[in-house]
Amino acid sequence: MTTLTKQQRDPAGRATRSRAGKTGSGGRKSITHRMGDLKIAMVFIFPAMLGFVFFFLIPTIRGVYLSFTEYSILGDPTWIGLKNYTTIFSDELFWNAMAVTVQYVGLNIGFQTVIALGLALLMHRVAKSTFIRGALLLPFLVANVIVALLWFWMLDYQLGIVNEVISWLGLPRIAFFGSEQWAIPTIAFVNVWRHMGYTALLIFAGLQSIPSHVYEVASLDGASPTRTFWSITMPLLRPVMVLVLVVTVIGSFQVFDTVAVTTGGGPINASRVIQMYIYQKAFTESDFGYASALSVILFVILALVAFVQMKFLKGNESDLD
Amino acid sequence: MTTSTASRQDATSTRTVINKPRKPFNWRRAGAWTLVVIALIVTISPFLWMLRTALSSNHSLAANAGNLLPADFSWGAFKRVLGLQTPEEAIAEGGSGAAINFWWYLRSSIIVSTVVTVGQVFFSSMAAYAFSRLRWPGREKVFALFLATMMVPPIFTALPNFLMIKNLGLLNTYAGIILPFLFMTPFAIFFLRQFFLSMSREVEEAAMLDGASKFRIYFKIVLPNAAAPLATLALLTFIGTWNEYFWPLLVGQDESVRVLTVGLGVFKSQSPQGAPDWSGLMAATLIAALPVLLLFIAFGKKVVNSIGFSGIK
Repeated sequence: MTTLTKQQRDPAGRATRSRAGKTGSGGRKSITHRMGDLKIAMVFIFPAMLGFVFFFLIPTIRGVYLSFTEYSILGDPTWIGLKNYTTIFSDELFWNAMAVTVQYVGLNIGFQTVIALGLALLMHRVAKSTFIRGALLLPFLVANVIVALLWFWMLDYQLGIVNEVISWLGLPRIAFFGSEQWAIPTIAFVNVWRHMGYTALLIFAGLQSIPSHVYEVASLDGASPTRTFWSITMPLLRPVMVLVLVVTVIGSFQVFDTVAVTTGGGPINASRVIQMYIYQKAFTESDFGYASALSVILFVILALVAFVQMKFLKGNESDLD
Repeated sequence: MTTSTASRQDATSTRTVINKPRKPFNWRRAGAWTLVVIALIVTISPFLWMLRTALSSNHSLAANAGNLLPADFSWGAFKRVLGLQTPEEAIAEGGSGAAINFWWYLRSSIIVSTVVTVGQVFFSSMAAYAFSRLRWPGREKVFALFLATMMVPPIFTALPNFLMIKNLGLLNTYAGIILPFLFMTPFAIFFLRQFFLSMSREVEEAAMLDGASKFRIYFKIVLPNAAAPLATLALLTFIGTWNEYFWPLLVGQDESVRVLTVGLGVFKSQSPQGAPDWSGLMAATLIAALPVLLLFIAFGKKVVNSIGFSGIK
């Protein structure tokens, strides 16, 4: 717009502009051109920038800073260097929390991914209606808290329907949330139930992107469905599966709501996952420095997990080319 | 249900036409459908159990634990949750008798979710417009920085954000619960930018030649054309905010601003001597889930179809 008006006013401008372009030195005109819609863009971006700086950028930096301090909300943070980190290294509760979290992630992601892949294949080949997809998505749309309470009731030791069925089958009742050995598998199962439809839909979107002619060729060659699955579907689906794994594993590491509502981390330490531990350090023990150091470690672990998965499963390369 | 039956019949009939001689394949198909039905039962039946429990009388649950129908049918649980029972009636039916401000929690949830949804979608759309349709130096770098924060786990920023809200004196206020999510999330900007990039430039350029300002173009051309993705994003944002537990737990514990998710957690621990008020709890969760269920019934297709887009691309 600006350039146009100026050229009309000053026909010699065109020559100046092309010369400026050759030498690469920006005259007044090319500066306005380079700045483009800067002013107006600043207005459009201002509210989002406000939110970004105050609630994402500054807290991220401040979180790292706090991890090197001792801070109990009262008073000011005192710089203590790496002390939080060295303490964490020999903190048994931290290692316990890590072990519990990894166990949870393994169970949760293992079952969830296999079931979701199966559901996605069913959605793709057999059950094509949006209604079925919608129904399977339903648990994901309901709050974690509600899902947790619902299963807390259904898995109740005395009155829960699941234990009713178990005892009807002549088996001993199970204290799902109340026993150390069952707490994490139970929480993992509850979240498999909540997320399987959603994960299936993510994979389903990937399946849809595989061109149908590949399948037609395979079927002309007389490939069996099993063969087709392993030799065509899986290799072509790999980039999508890697992305789905990255997203779900990262989410799974941050499990909190279900634990907070059902077991609160117990019995004893059996289900105190890492985010629960951070929460308790910060808000029960008022140890914000230590809690910040723990969240830095969680952050690093998540970044590593994403990096390793992308790197070794070659998530950014497609076999389709 | 109708849809599923119809498509099943449809699928079987096409099958028989094309592959009549291949019997094993039909058997395979029946197996596949069995799995689909099992998946649907596993997904839906807990919700039915929720309803069944909510319609039961709490005292009768123990004696009828295995009964599939409501035990001693009663609306009592719903009345109790909504405060329509006197404490004496509530205790008689197995409630705690303590008043829970369910209406008040519901009000808080509606206020928080509505304000966050309107603010976040509007401000994010403005930013997405600047990141896609306006040209300015550093645009891609700033956008990359915005996107990078998507990697930061929420707990990481939650602690410093809590301190900031506390220092601002906004603990236990709606402002404190709303502010961090009011202006943007990287996801919302990313989601809308993708759409704006794919919009045709022609109309915009014509308007520009007519001398329309960028603001006019944004409000009169870009926003109306983006109604569909804006609605989808608003839906996802509303559901996400309605379901949020961690942040309101940190800054909104106080009764006066307590949202439903936090309220439900408290309701659980409010059990009378002995058995918890299961029917009351299930009635409460059912009502808390209702807005999301209704939105989903009304706009389910939009949500379902947005999943692939938002999750992968």
